[in-house]
Amino acid sequence: MSDLAIAPVLVPLLAGILLLLFRGRDLRERRAFGLLSVSVQVLLALALLDATASGAILTHALGNWPAPFGIVMVADRLAAWMLLITALLALFALWHACHGLDVQGRHFHVLFQLQLFGLNGAFLTGDLFNLFVFFEVLLLASYGLVLHGGGPARTKAGLHYVVINLAGSSLFLIAAGLFYGLFGSLNLAHLALLMDQVPADNLGPARTAALLLFGVFALKSALLPLHLWLPATYARASAPVAALLAIMTKVGAYAILRVSTLLFSGPAGTMTGLIDPWLLPLAMGTLLVGLLGALAARRLTDQAAYLVIASVGTLLIAFGLGSRDAIAAGLYYLPHSTLAAAALFLLTERIAAGRGALADRLEPGPDIPAAPLVGALFFLCAILLAGLPPLSGFIGKFLLLQAAMAHPGWPWILGIVLLGGLLGLIALARSGSLLFFRSAAWTGSAGVATSSSPLGPAIGLLGLTLILTFWAGYWLAQATAIADQLLQPQLYIRAVLGGQP
Amino acid sequence: MEAMFSILIGVLTASGVYLLLRAQTFPVVLGLTLLSYGVNLYLFAAGRLAIGRPPVIGAGLPGYADPLPQALVLTAIVIGFAMTAFVIMLALKARAEMGTDHVDGEAP
Repeated sequence: MSDLAIAPVLVPLLAGILLLLFRGRDLRERRAFGLLSVSVQVLLALALLDATASGAILTHALGNWPAPFGIVMVADRLAAWMLLITALLALFALWHACHGLDVQGRHFHVLFQLQLFGLNGAFLTGDLFNLFVFFEVLLLASYGLVLHGGGPARTKAGLHYVVINLAGSSLFLIAAGLFYGLFGSLNLAHLALLMDQVPADNLGPARTAALLLFGVFALKSALLPLHLWLPATYARASAPVAALLAIMTKVGAYAILRVSTLLFSGPAGTMTGLIDPWLLPLAMGTLLVGLLGALAARRLTDQAAYLVIASVGTLLIAFGLGSRDAIAAGLYYLPHSTLAAAALFLLTERIAAGRGALADRLEPGPDIPAAPLVGALFFLCAILLAGLPPLSGFIGKFLLLQAAMAHPGWPWILGIVLLGGLLGLIALARSGSLLFFRSAAWTGSAGVATSSSPLGPAIGLLGLTLILTFWAGYWLAQATAIADQLLQPQLYIRAVLGGQP
Repeated sequence: MEAMFSILIGVLTASGVYLLLRAQTFPVVLGLTLLSYGVNLYLFAAGRLAIGRPPVIGAGLPGYADPLPQALVLTAIVIGFAMTAFVIMLALKARAEMGTDHVDGEAP
């Protein structure tokens, strides 16, 4: 029993409620309080990372009801890792939002904290139904955040986003109901035990439930045929919100990883390897579709959104391979791709603000104020996202390719990941040269210097990827330790169901 | 009872999916509502259908009605209700801002 395992859920919830009560207070106080809450979450995530470093799995049983009967929060290495990435990303996104976005509508800070409440809960929960509940919490908060600031384009994109996610939630409930009807439990650790001994006449419904669940997670993570909602939503949302949403697709990827290592990896169970034939090919398709979209994009925000899809593809290739090295490579790639995509979204706002009516359209335009600095930051982002040496994108892809050599389909994986790198390079080189080099040919009026968009948060996010690059050995060792723990699901099961106090 | 129940869920779900695929926002909202009704009944049935069973376990009783799916359904109803309210407000906002109730903002 550990209170640390539930603190990252309680802090944003309480902060959100308090911010709702303080809505009449001075704006500076509310901003400071929001930033304080996120900073506390960073510290809590660090504390959890430290507490789980020894391999311990912390659990918190709500109301002290023992595991398969009560609700349980579980913090293992993977959960702590995800919490740290989320909290750091949120810190910089909120910093950026405090420069004007939060006064464009009401309750921005409340929604932001509740979004973190949903995200942290989804990473920590130990049962399927609460995963659904936290998904709903984070989605409901994200609906508010996506629509924040208003405008017809945002409303239209928001409507599609809401409807498709509500349909997805219905599917999630059907899958959860089917699991409960078949196994009489929704606790993930308990389900993992029951998965090995599915009676023959229940095998069909059990597989249906599992694949439905996979479908829902694929929708959240924007896997190939279900990715169409993402570009419009992300591209129309305001920059700090889009930056925070960069972690949302990773929640789906996290859920796929958690479920596939826990439920579908038993030694010789009837459900073992159920999603393997689907995950790897679809992930490779996602990578290509994302990069083709980035190549065809006519606005920088669209391009950034398609690059998010491509990064999900890369990530799920790693998780689909399923070996220890591949999962470790994926877990190293996850923070890199999230932080780099978020930095690109934040920079995009600055670039669009400096180009007047042209905004972020990929056409030659006036010089952007402070173009050398903005251009250098964009260049850094492009190197990260295209996976060029010497930064973390290259390290992540190199580790992935190295791990893929053990897979029988390695020529395909190598070919597609390398082709993807080339496509990404072309797409980003095209937009970079159009935005920064061709401005000499522009004959219209000069750029406007009224931009209030700060560069600090984007620089901070890029600084974090540099930490990921320079201390790559340390972070890779962490990622490998997480993968080790994930591939021994009996540790998780034992920690949740019994023995450990 | 099982047959009637499953037919009911099937009809609700099919109508929900049909309406969800319409191009106007109002049928889409109705479709989501019917779909959530179907799903809620389905969740309820996951605890097995029984009539006249007590809600608690006791010696000498024929069995008990599983309370967990009822708790799940209650949660799902609350969430579904909030979501429906939200999506109705969003549909009204879209109608006001875009001047049409087509889901794409413009009639083809």
